[in-house]
Amino acid sequence: MSQLMSGARMLMECLAREGVDCIFGYPGGVTLPLYDVLYDHHIRHVLVRHEENAAFAAEGYARATGKVGVCCATSGPGATNLTTGLVDAMMDSIPIVAITGQVPTRLIGSDAFQEADTFGITRSCTKHNYLVKRLEDLGQAIHEAFYVAASGRPGPVLVDITKDVLQGQGHYQPVTSVHLPGYKVFTEGHTGQIRRAAQLINEAERPLIYGGGGIIAAGASAELRETVELADSPAVMTLMGLGGLPSGHSNFISMPGMHGSYAANMALSNCDVLIALGVRFDDRVTGRLAAFAPHAKVVHVDIDPAEIGKNRAPEVPIVGDVKRVLPKLNRLLAEFQKSDAGSPAAEKRSAARRAWWHQVRSWKEQHPLSSPVSDTEIKPQHLMAEIDRLSGGEAIVTSDVGQHQMWAAQLIRFGAPRLWINSGGLGSMGFGLPAAIGAQYARPDKLVFSLVGDGGFQMSVPELATISSGGLPIKIVIMNNGYLGMVRQWQTLFYNNRLSAVELDCFPDAEKLAGAYGFKGRSIEKPSELRAALEEAVREPGPYLLNVKVSPTDNVYPMVPAGGAIHEMVLGPPEPVAVPAK
Amino acid sequence: MMQIISLLLENKPGALMRVTGLLTQRGYNIESLTVARTLDPALSRMTIVVDVDAAQRQQVIKQMNKLINVLQATDLTESPAVVRELVLVRIRTAQESRTAVLKEAEIFGGRVVDSSTEGFAIEVTGDPEKLGEFIDVMGSYGEVEVTRSGALAIALEARKLKLQPPVPTKAGEVAAARER
Repeated sequence: MSQLMSGARMLMECLAREGVDCIFGYPGGVTLPLYDVLYDHHIRHVLVRHEENAAFAAEGYARATGKVGVCCATSGPGATNLTTGLVDAMMDSIPIVAITGQVPTRLIGSDAFQEADTFGITRSCTKHNYLVKRLEDLGQAIHEAFYVAASGRPGPVLVDITKDVLQGQGHYQPVTSVHLPGYKVFTEGHTGQIRRAAQLINEAERPLIYGGGGIIAAGASAELRETVELADSPAVMTLMGLGGLPSGHSNFISMPGMHGSYAANMALSNCDVLIALGVRFDDRVTGRLAAFAPHAKVVHVDIDPAEIGKNRAPEVPIVGDVKRVLPKLNRLLAEFQKSDAGSPAAEKRSAARRAWWHQVRSWKEQHPLSSPVSDTEIKPQHLMAEIDRLSGGEAIVTSDVGQHQMWAAQLIRFGAPRLWINSGGLGSMGFGLPAAIGAQYARPDKLVFSLVGDGGFQMSVPELATISSGGLPIKIVIMNNGYLGMVRQWQTLFYNNRLSAVELDCFPDAEKLAGAYGFKGRSIEKPSELRAALEEAVREPGPYLLNVKVSPTDNVYPMVPAGGAIHEMVLGPPEPVAVPAK
Repeated sequence: MMQIISLLLENKPGALMRVTGLLTQRGYNIESLTVARTLDPALSRMTIVVDVDAAQRQQVIKQMNKLINVLQATDLTESPAVVRELVLVRIRTAQESRTAVLKEAEIFGGRVVDSSTEGFAIEVTGDPEKLGEFIDVMGSYGEVEVTRSGALAIALEARKLKLQPPVPTKAGEVAAARER
C-alpha cells in the first residue's frame, strides 16, 4: 500500500532506505519543506556553518567509513558553495550525494531569487547529476544517485530538486530497482590478463607494488597484503593509499612522489615489474612521465577503464575491482611459485630478489625520513613524530593541504585504511577541519586529530561552532609556522626567495579563540612543552585547540622539482656556502 | 588528426551538455557535431568529429563511455563506415555564369533548391572533402554563403550493443527476500 506524503518526506524516506544516518547541511528558502520534515526525523542533521564544509564533512564521513556521505544545501549560493567539495570528492573518488533545493519549476530560467543553474554548474563537478522537476521522478533519482556514487569508481552525485517537488503531495512507492543501461561497471578482470600478470610478477627480479586510493575504496587491504607477502615485493603506497598496507608492515617503504622518500622513488626508478593497483599515475607521483619507472613492465589494475593507459601504457592492463582481481592473482601466483619451485630459473630469481631487497634496504638507510628535534624550537617533523607516538597507528588524522600534510604523510603511521583523511587530488585548503567533523560523527569511538596549517585553519574557523555545539572531542592541532608554507617553499626555491603574499602575520590567540567557542585551547612554542600539551589535548573529554608554533622556515624534503624525474630528488636544504672574507 | 565518433545516447535533458562539456573539459576540439533522434525516440544518435592526437583517440572513447547517458561510443575513424555531409550554398552570380554554375552543380550531384535573378541556392550531399571542393568551385563564380551540417556517419558493420540490466535497490532486495 502506498501512502500519500510530501516530496520532502519521500526524499527522507529514500535516504532512510539507503541507510543514511547523518546529513551535513545548511537550510535556506527552497529547502524549507525538507527542513520541516527534518524537524522530527530520526536521521540526524548536522548544521555546519558554511555549505562548502557540508560537502567536506560528508567527504570526511565517507572517507572514514566507505559509506556514502550526504550533504544538503539550498538553491543559488548554497549550491555554488558546495562545488569545491564536489570537485574534491571527484578527484579523490569519494562517494557522496549532495541534495540541493532549486527554485520552483515555473520560475526556472526567470533569474528568480537565489536561482542558479546548479545542474549545469555541477555537470563537471560530479560523476553524474540530476534535476528533478516532477515528483514521480524523485525516488528513482535518489536511489540512482546512491547507486552511481557508491559503485564502480566512486564519486559525487548531485540531485537538484525544485521546491514544488519538495512541497508536492504524492503516493510513495518504494523503488525496487534502478536501471542505468549505459552505466558499465567492470569488476572481474580478464582471466587471461590476470594470468599474464601473475606470470610477469612471478618472473620479476625487482618487483614493486604501487598501491593507491583504489585499495581503500575497494576495501582490499587484506587482499593487497596477501599479494605483497606472496610476491615478497616491496610496496609504496600513494598519498591516497596510506593505511591500505599497514605502515608498520616490513614490506612497506613509504609514500612515493614529489615529497616521497628516497627509497620509494629509487625503487620506482629501478624496479623491473611495477604492479600498479588502484592508482592513476598522478603527476605528483610520477614526476616527468617519460622518466618514470623506466625499466619496468607495468601491470595496471583499475576499475576505471579510462585510467588504464591514460598516462602510462601498461604491458598488462586489467580493468576490474582490485578486491575481485587480487584473490585471483594471488591464487595464480601461488600456483606458479609452487610449480617452478627449485628450478634453476627460480633459484636465479630468488638470488636477484635478495639483491633487490638488499638494495631497497640500503636506500632506506642512506636517506631515511627523519624527525629532527631541536632544543630551541619545535620542528614540524617533531610535531608529527609526537602525534604518531600518541596515535600508535590507530587514530584518525585528517589533514589540510600543504607542508604539514606532506610531513604527516611521511612521518605518521597508519595501521589500517580509512585513518588518514586528506584532500589529495584537488588539494583543497580548508578541508581538514570539516573533514574531521564528518569523520568524528561517522566514528564516535575514534580519537580524531584534525591536523591543519595556520592558513587552512583560518579558512575553516566558522566550523569551531559546529564542533562546539556537537561536543565533538576533535583534537585540532595547528602546525603554525606563520606562513603559507608550501607556497613560501616554492617562492624560496624557485622565485629567488621573493616572498609574496605568504606571510600570515596575524593569528588569533588560540586559548581565547577556543574559549570564545566554549572549549579549551592553548598555544605552545617550546619543544619541551610539546609532548605534555598533546597528551593534555587527548585527555580532554571535549574538543581541544592546540596551536603549535613551529620553526618558521623549514621546507619539506625530499622534493622533486616540478617537471623533474623522481630519482632527481633534492634531499635537503642547500648547504651554506662559505663566503671568503674580504 | 580528425577522429570520427558515433555515439548512441539516452535522449535526456542535459545529455548533450555532458558530451560537449566532457570534450571541452578534457581539451578536445570539436570540429563538428550532429545529433538527432533514432527510431527509438528515447535515444539519440550523435556523430562527433574531434581534432585529437592519434594517441588520445582511445582515451576520448573511454571517457565518452563513462558518461552514464551514453549507451555506446564507437570510433569510426578507421573502421568501415560511410561518412556524409550536407551543404547548402547560396551563390550570387552574373547572368553569363548561370549555365556554368548549374553544370558544376550537376557534376557534384547538387540540386537547385531556389533560383532567383541574383543566383541560386544549391544543396549537395557527399563526402566532406568532396564538399570542400564543391564550395571552392562555386566560389570561383561569385560570392557564396555556406551552411554545412557537419559529418554524419554510420558504421557498416553491426556492433553488438551491450546494455546493463536493472540493479535492485535495498528496498528491492528486501522485497525479493520476502518473496523467497
